[in-house]
Parts: sequence; structure tokens; C-alpha cells
Amino acid sequence: MSQSLLELRNVSMSFGGMRVNDDISFSIGKGERVALIGPNGAGKTTLVNVISGDLTPSQGAVHLAGVDVTALPISDRVDAGLIRTFQITRLFKSLTVAQNVALAVMQRKGLTRSMFSSPIDRPDVRLEWERALGMLGIAHLADRQVSQLAYGQQRLLDLAIGLALEPKVLLLDEPAAGVPSEESSKIIEAIDRLPSDIAVLMIEHDMDLVFRFARRVLVLANGKLIFQGNPTEVTHHQEVRRAYLGSYADARHAS
Amino acid sequence: MAWTALSIGLDALSYGMVLFIISIGLSIMMGLMRVVNLAHGAFAMIGGYLASFALKSAGVGYPLAIVLAVLGTIAIAFPLEFLLYRRIYRKSDELTQILLTIGIAFVIIGVANYILGPTTKSIPLPSLLSGPVDLGFRMIPAHRIFVMICGVCTAGLLWLLIDRTEFGIRLRAAVDNGDMAESLGIKTQILFSATFALAVGLAAFGGVVGAELLPVEPFYALRYMVTFLVVVSVGGAGSIPGAVAASILLGLADTTGKYLAPEYGEFFFYLAVILVVFLFPNGLLGRRH
Amino acid sequence: MTDRIMVDGMSAPRFSVPLELRAVAITLALGALGYTLFPDDLAFLTRLISITLLVLSLDLVTGYCGVATLGHAAIYGVSAYVVGNACLAGHSDPLLLLLVGAVAGAVMGLVSGLLVTRFKGLPQLVLSIAVGQLIAALANKLSSLTGGSDGLSGISPGRLFGVYAFDMYGRTGYVFSVAVLMVVFVVLLRIVHSPFGLLCQAIKDDSLRARMIGARVYPRLVLMYGVSGVVGGIGGALNAINTGVVGLDSVGFERSAEALVMLVLGGAGSLWGALIGSIVFQVFEHYVSAANPFHWMTMVGALLIAVVLFAPKGLVSLGGLLAGRAASLLRRRP
Ligand SMILES: Nc1ncnc2c1ncn2[C@@H]1O[C@H](COP(=O)(O)OP(=O)(O)OP(=O)(O)O)[C@@H](O)[C@H]1O
Ligand SMILES: [Mg+2]
Repeated sequence: MSQSLLELRNVSMSFGGMRVNDDISFSIGKGERVALIGPNGAGKTTLVNVISGDLTPSQGAVHLAGVDVTALPISDRVDAGLIRTFQITRLFKSLTVAQNVALAVMQRKGLTRSMFSSPIDRPDVRLEWERALGMLGIAHLADRQVSQLAYGQQRLLDLAIGLALEPKVLLLDEPAAGVPSEESSKIIEAIDRLPSDIAVLMIEHDMDLVFRFARRVLVLANGKLIFQGNPTEVTHHQEVRRAYLGSYADARHAS
Repeated sequence: MAWTALSIGLDALSYGMVLFIISIGLSIMMGLMRVVNLAHGAFAMIGGYLASFALKSAGVGYPLAIVLAVLGTIAIAFPLEFLLYRRIYRKSDELTQILLTIGIAFVIIGVANYILGPTTKSIPLPSLLSGPVDLGFRMIPAHRIFVMICGVCTAGLLWLLIDRTEFGIRLRAAVDNGDMAESLGIKTQILFSATFALAVGLAAFGGVVGAELLPVEPFYALRYMVTFLVVVSVGGAGSIPGAVAASILLGLADTTGKYLAPEYGEFFFYLAVILVVFLFPNGLLGRRH
Repeated sequence: MTDRIMVDGMSAPRFSVPLELRAVAITLALGALGYTLFPDDLAFLTRLISITLLVLSLDLVTGYCGVATLGHAAIYGVSAYVVGNACLAGHSDPLLLLLVGAVAGAVMGLVSGLLVTRFKGLPQLVLSIAVGQLIAALANKLSSLTGGSDGLSGISPGRLFGVYAFDMYGRTGYVFSVAVLMVVFVVLLRIVHSPFGLLCQAIKDDSLRARMIGARVYPRLVLMYGVSGVVGGIGGALNAINTGVVGLDSVGFERSAEALVMLVLGGAGSLWGALIGSIVFQVFEHYVSAANPFHWMTMVGALLIAVVLFAPKGLVSLGGLLAGRAASLLRRRP
């Protein structure tokens, strides 16, 4: 893959004696849509933590657009366009919805050093945070405190912050989990409309969503990457079915 | 030179043991309940007051006075546990804990001052402990040796308690994973209350036997508030060996500083604290949380 | 959080000007009110303002950055000593002294920030205490610079603008202090609503999330500590200029703890909270602690417990609540 944006080389992550990610290698190219699936506790979130820089892998390396970023702090990776969202929503509770997203915009534009001016209303900044909110259909909530939002709306905001950072590589950790269907359809739409050149790695349990979204599926079980291939191959793969898909694959096969 | 060093070492050791006896309760509380208790020293002070009262006004013997002080302090502290501390175990943010417990300390100081006056209360030692002991190169008050023995015994008994008893097993399980322990049916509230009583009792014990080194007066609670907290932080919350190491190290830093450069007060002590915290942010022997 | 409610119209820029105008009007009104209530005790009021600046300074790191510190008086006290020494060395222009205090405070703030914000939780708290106690011990030791336990005395600033003398009635000092407080308050309002200020609040809310939008957390916090140092330093400078003496109490643990009590009483995370808390606390103290200093300690303790239990967001949130109730009552009337 010549245009590899994100590449993992033999990444392992252990907590104490427990190996949660075991010798994982894969790469994702420009414009690719990849799903990462696996049973609960397989190590998916941990892998995202390693890629995003929250954890330093015990072994192996993470490369971003050909550069080894394993030793770089989180912020440098974000600057390079590696953006993630969280499985459990993390937002800035004492700020408004608009401020949450605007802060991301201003951080990207290098405006957060500004102490005396308030560029939040500068047209170019405003346009961007309004667009990010608009993409998720929550522009009308701009002036609310985050604490006043329903859970589904908070998930939308979490994704809006990610989009406002203009990712080149986007890691989504179960973006639609636990979200009421009204909001989850907005999330799915927003993901569908992402710029086509960015690389997206999405963790997802909902196989319908996985099939709709991904051209390639990675399967993690017990910390190991047990399979990667296109969605149809995945459903036919014995080990994957045993480890994870189980009845879902059977049902789909039968129909 | 060597004698000076040995001399400093002995003083440091006895001072360190007092720090240990008082601080270990705080350390266990922080490890288990994750509560920054700035009123811990106030309980040591209450212990000192009770012992002084028992010895001088009630005329009981020294050993009994210690027992009464420990039990009395637990009795006084229990309503506070029930009404206030329970609210801040494990969940509250640090600032809330600091404020609530400073508030408790202030009230205790104010009340102690009102009832007992601002003077230092002595805790007369039995004749066995009040004389000097000749170590050959130096005379040392028998009391210091007693304190060291108390420290070693406290550490040993605590280790037995935590390593060998049912209570200890539950305690460790809850420290390692509170939520899990709860789901396993360990009644954490009872465990917390018992631990609180243990911590407060140890503080009172240390307050009594350490009164020669840390004199009992109303501002005791404020004066040493910080010292005990520092011991816990340097040792690592919840670690007995850590607390021993930290107490001795900090006792040494303080005593050496006061021997060699008394005019600098606690300068060297806090310099040592900054260095150690920077080098070992989770404590000398602490674990990451 | 009143200042946030007021700025909720943030998306409409025309609101940002009245916010600052309002701050000007309120500080001036408070200044005039103080003058009418305590015309014979301006010394008390100038002291109050000086401490208010310390509390505002503390709010920046505790309320806006979530740093729990019990050593903030180090910044205030060191600046007061530096200003005192500058004045004794012959640099007696009050504005220059204010600048000296601000610079000393900035340096102290940056150094404290580098040490204190490196870690979170218990190590952070202990480092903040250790820095404060270290400075207190030094102040005691370096008596040639600090006057030791007697205090540094004989500080007599020159005339303000070469015209107004700092007289025994303290009028010049009072007007000067009110003006300084007003300017600082307005500037701080700007800062906490600037992207930098918002980022600090974001870091307080969730520092990992802040990192994941690209924030460099440690440098931001250190910088805010520097800003806080400037404010605390100005407070210390006012203390030296107005009272003419700087005592060991200005670097002490009690000063730090009391500032924290005032902040929480008013409401951390709101500049209005810091202002209200320090005024209410000190006026209360003025009347009550004179009666019996030991009861005072009991009362402060009880007050703290009550605030934590019943008004954890401080007086400013109670005020906001009452205002909200009143507004909704009014609205219900046809
Ligand atoms: N910081 C940590 N310390 C110790 N163990 C951890 C830590 N983080 C995760 N683990 C363990 O690693 C394993 C994998 O967790 P992870 O969250 O990566 O799973 P996951 O695949 O995302 O699961 P889910 O589908 O439930 O989100 C789990 O057993 C978890 O308990
Ligand atoms: Mg997960």
C-alpha cells in the first residue's frame, strides 16, 4: 500500500502481565474505510489508545504518513491529523456546545494562545464550528451547556469535535453505541459524508453498520488480529464466526 | 563526626517512627477510601489531650491512658465519620475533600482552644520511660527507644493484620478494585468505617506516644497537617513499607536540617519533599492508580 | 456561574462590551459603597482589596484550571517582599512598584506552575504545599531581606503620579487600590473568556480530551500560573504599598488556606465568585474575629463544612439560583 496513512508494526500492549494487544500489524491507506470488530474486552479500545498516544505500546511502532510517531506526544499526533473519538463520551462540561467545538477549531488554527481577543466569532472560525455542528444536526443547541444535553446529543457533539479538527485519520470508538436511533442515523449520515480522502478506522459492534460502512474488516480477539479481509470474507471465516460473529453470520448466511 | 551522624540518625529514627505511627492511618485511608484527610492530625491531637487528661486529672496509669485515648478518640471521631466523611469516600473531587477536612480540623482546633486553652498539655511519662539510657557514646531518653519500639510493633502488627486476617484480605481486595469488591458482596461501607476507626485510633496512639516530640497544643492539627500528608505522598498512599521508608527519610531530612542548619527551619525538609515527589510522583513504593 | 450566564450571548459579539462595562460599573459601585460604609477604616478596605487580588489569582489556577493548591500565598508574599525591598532601595514610584510586584509575581507564578502542574492529585497538592512552606522557611531565614518575624517595615511609597501622597487616612491608597482592582478584573474577564481561558477550563474538565484536540496541557497550565502570578503579585504589591509593612503571615500557610476558603465560599470557577467570596468573608471576619479569634477558627471551619455540604458551587451560584427564581416568578405574571 503506497499511500499508507496509518501503519501499525508489531504493536503489543501489556498491563502488568496481561497482554491486551498482541503483535498487531496492519495499515490503512488514504480514503479507506476500515472496521475493527471483536468481542468485548478484545482490546479494541486499548488499540485506539495506543494509536492515539494515550498509551505507549510495550512493543512495536505506530507510523503516521510514513513517520514513526510512537514516541510523540498526543498533541503532535493531533497536529498531524490523527483524531479520535471516545467510546464513553468525554466533553468539556463547563463550556457550551459551541465553545466545545469552537475550541477544537481554534486549537487547530493555533489561536488558543490568544489571551485577550475572542476569535470565536471571527467569521472564518465561526463558519467552521457552525459547519461541524450542522453536519450533526445540532447547530440549534450551540448555546446550551453540555450538561443540558441528552446522551445521544452528547455523542453527536463528541463526533462534531472530531470533525472540527479536520482529521486525516479518524478513529471512531463505537460512535453509535447506546445512541437512540434518531441520533444514530445522524451519526451514520455524518460518517457517510466524511471527505473521501481521509482514512477512517471505526470500532463497531453493529454488523449492519459495519457492512454498510467498511470495505475492509479487521477482527480482534483476545488481543490478536485474527483476520482481515472484506466483509463477505469475514462472515465466511470459520475462526471469526466462532470468536465473534456467531449467530449473526449464520442468520445472514441463511437469508 | 561519626558520632554526630549516629546521633542524628537516632533522633531521626525516633522522629520518623512518630511520623510513621500517625501517618500510616492516613495512608491506609487514602489508599482505600481515596480521601485526603487534612483533619488527621487533629485526631492525633485529640488523643494527646485525652491521654493528658486521663493521666493528670483522672490519675490512671500510662498504658491505660493510651488505651483510653485511643478509644476516646475513635468515639469522638465516629459521628464525624457518620455525618461527613462518608459523603466524600472515593467519589468526591480533591478540592471538596480538602475543604471539608480543613473545615473539620478548624472546628476541632477552635473547640480544643476554647475548652482547654492555648497552652501545651504535657503527658507525664512513667518513671521507666522518663530517664535517660546510656548508649555508650551518648545518652538518649528512654522514651525515644520506646517510640521506636512502638513504631516497629505498629508496622509489624499492621502487616499481620493486612496480610494474615480476613479483614486484611477484604481491605486489599477493596483497595485493588473497590467496585469489584462491592459486587463480590464485600460490604464496603462497614469496611470503610472499620478502616476509619483504625486510622483514627493509630493517629491517637501516635499523638500520645509522640507527644514529647510533637507537643500537644491546639495548633498541633494545623502545624503538622502538612507533614503527615507529605509522608503519605512520599511513601505512596496505602503502602506500609512506603510509609516506613518515607517517615524515616523525612525524619532524617528534618532532623539533619535542624542539626546542621537550624536557622533554615523546615527549608531542607521541604526541599527534600519537592525532590522526592518529582522523582517518585506515585510515592517511593507506591503503585500507579 | 454568573459570568457565564451573562456571556451566554457570546455568539453575539455586541454582548462582550457590556460585560466589561458592567464589571467596571460594579467595581466602582462597590468601591463607593465601601467608602460610605467604612469611611474611617480605609486601611481595612485596602487590605481587603489586596487579598481579593490574591483570591482572584487563586481562582485562575484552582477555579479555571482545577489545580488544588495550598501554597498560593508564596506568590503574594514574595512579591510583597520584593516590592518592599525595591521601595526601601529608593524606587518609590507606586506605579513602578506595582510593575515590580507584577513581574515578581509572574516569575513566582511560573516557577510554582512548573513545579505544581507537573502532576495531578496528591503529588500536586503536596508540591503546592511544599513550595509554599519552602518560601515561608526562606522568608524566615533571610531576615536581612524580609525583616524576619518583625516584618519588613518602613516602606513608604512616593506620590502617585507625583501628586497624590499616600496619607495616613489612606484615601490615595484606597482609590488607587479600587482602580487597580477594576483594571485587573476587567482584564481577567477578557482572559477567562479568551480561547486561552476556555482551553484552561477544558483542561480542568477533562485533560485527556483536551490533549486529544491537540492541547499542550502542561505549558498552558504553567502559563495560566504565570498570569495568576501577575495578579497575585499585584495584590502583594498593593499590600506593601498601602500598609508599609510586610510580615511573615503574607507568605504563610494560613494565608493560602484562607484564600482558598474565600474562593470556595464565593464560588470557584467564576471571577464574580472570587470577588463576592473575598468581600463577604473579610467583612464578616472584620466584625467577628475581633471579638474572639478562637471562635473565629471554629466558625470558619463550620462555614467551610456548610459550604461544601449545602452550596458546593458557592454563593455566586446561590445568587444565580435566586435570580433565576425571581425571573421565572416575574415571567409567570401576565
Ligand atoms: N488501563 C488498563 N489497565 C489494566 N487493564 C486494562 C486497562 N485498559 C484496559 N484494560 C483491560 O484490557 C482488556 C481490553 O480492554 P478494551 O477496553 O481494550 O476492550 P474493548 O475491545 O474495547 O472492549 P469493549 O468492546 O467492551 O469496548 C480488558 O480486559 C480490560 O480490562
Ligand atoms: Mg472498547
